[in-house]
Amino acid sequence: MPQRIVIVGAGEAGARAALALRENGYSGAIALVGEEVHLPYERPPLSKAALIDGDAPKPATILSEERLAENGIDHIAGAPALAIDRAGHRIVLEDRDPLPYDRLLIATGARARRLAVPGAGPDNIHYLRSFGEAQALRRRLQPGSRLVVIGGGFIGLELAAAARARGAEATVIEMAPRLLGRAVPAELAALVAARHAAEGVGIVTGAAIERIDALPDGRHRVMLAGRDPVDGDTIVAGVGALPETTLAAESGLALDNGIAVDAHLATSDPDIFAAGDCCSFPHALYGGRRLRLEAWRNAQDHGNAAAKSMLGLGEPYAAVPWFWSDHYDLTLQIAGLPDEGAETVTRPLAGDARLDFHLAGDGRLVGASAVGPNGAIAREVRLAEMLIGRCARPDPASLADPAVKLKSLMV
Amino acid sequence: MAASWVEACAADEIDEEDVIRFDHAGRTFAIYRSPDDDYFATDGLCTHEKVHLADGLVMDNIIECPKHNGRFDYTTGKAKGAPVCVDLKTYPVRVEGGKVLIGLD
Ligand SMILES: Cc1cc2nc3c(=O)[nH]c(=O)nc-3n(C[C@H](O)[C@H](O)[C@H](O)COP(=O)(O)OP(=O)(O)OC[C@H]3O[C@@H](n4cnc5c(N)ncnc54)[C@H](O)[C@@H]3O)c2cc1C
Ligand code: FES
Repeated sequence: MPQRIVIVGAGEAGARAALALRENGYSGAIALVGEEVHLPYERPPLSKAALIDGDAPKPATILSEERLAENGIDHIAGAPALAIDRAGHRIVLEDRDPLPYDRLLIATGARARRLAVPGAGPDNIHYLRSFGEAQALRRRLQPGSRLVVIGGGFIGLELAAAARARGAEATVIEMAPRLLGRAVPAELAALVAARHAAEGVGIVTGAAIERIDALPDGRHRVMLAGRDPVDGDTIVAGVGALPETTLAAESGLALDNGIAVDAHLATSDPDIFAAGDCCSFPHALYGGRRLRLEAWRNAQDHGNAAAKSMLGLGEPYAAVPWFWSDHYDLTLQIAGLPDEGAETVTRPLAGDARLDFHLAGDGRLVGASAVGPNGAIAREVRLAEMLIGRCARPDPASLADPAVKLKSLMV
Repeated sequence: MAASWVEACAADEIDEEDVIRFDHAGRTFAIYRSPDDDYFATDGLCTHEKVHLADGLVMDNIIECPKHNGRFDYTTGKAKGAPVCVDLKTYPVRVEGGKVLIGLD
């Protein structure tokens, strides 16, 4: 058993791993090191409730002071880790003594990709990854103000919905021919896009940004190639995230679209593990395909799995990927990997809800995607997720028939 | 204070291993029928982000929240898995004449 475990990155995966170490009987020291001053908090509300609800939102804390104390977790906040001294088994922190470790977990998450167009800089472009950034944006989403979102992915669209909820105008500018191109099948993405349009969000797709200009009144103008420019009081870029790999790269750990880990989440150094958005891992359900997921459930599951692996109790990681995103009263949920599918089977659901099953060439269910009010889709997607996890080959006609209970297909 | 018994639904209104929503006096509850045909009741909203548990999935004695799949043991109200950490309040239930009654304080 290791005596000293250090976790760098006090986000979803790091916090979950710290708790899981105790749940799995570890009694040694745990240091949870985070560069942020807050207690570990959840990020999904940052583009949803934190922008809309209440007067003065607080971070949605994952680990309270009491829970940290109860579990004997030493949360070292406001302490960026600067380097890993692999030979000396120590973590170098800013303004503090180095921390020795027997096992190290890197759970540094991802950071927002910066917009690289002429005229874009830290003074005129906002990003959304941290609670502080959400607060800054929230102050700017005032009734009548104009938000321009660059990037039609999940975060950009959730931001547009939040702006509308606060009475602000919103325009989304997307380079690709459609919204949500990266992860969401086209039919579902079209439903989400239609809803945004109906809520009054301006949507400009297939748009190349030439530069950002400053207007004399303090606002900004986004210049587009061959299209009308778009003006706004606030410009946010939601153009993807990059895995936070600086520590790993500088200490010579193997990288491959993030920190490269094996099925037990071990890096190329057997005493160092990685979890969450920062790492890519081989997925047993998808023939060992290497994935890097930016998803809350994956961060939690990874945290749990890494804790076990660090204690020598690990099993190969095989949790079914699962993701949700909220827009107005609509939820979108995706289980598995729809892009592994060769055939799509649609099951009609109550109201305008839509549920698609994605089947591989050999009939195996590899993904499910749905959009609708949460209550209309959640149970079905959850059951689909279980079927995917069991490598089921359900009869397509049964999947398509809403009279057949999905639970009955579980063998 | 003694519980006052309120009729929530007909016993056969809930499928085996399922849950339904019951609203009463401005409050919302979730009423469960276990795989063994026993009935249970808890507060109806998840303690994480307050969505209706009756849209969730019942498996054995677990209710899984439909929003982020947080889990509770509906027989005791205990929170069983991330992200939920606050337990649900539970209520006594009895079945009489084909009706499910829940005891409210
Ligand atoms: C605005 C927003 C909305 C989202 N909405 C959804 C959603 O609806 N559904 C969904 O499934 N997922 C959502 N996600 C994704 C989800 O939040 C992430 O996948 C998850 O937080 C990843 O967890 P993590 O622990 O890997 O990283 P994080 O939660 O990002 O935590 C990493 C932590 O490490 C810290 N750190 C980094 N480098 C260092 C260092 N050198 N020293 C010390 N600390 C360091 C960071 O400051 C951060 O606190 C959302 C993300 C964002 C940003
Ligand atoms: S709202 Fe129930 S788990 Fe989040």
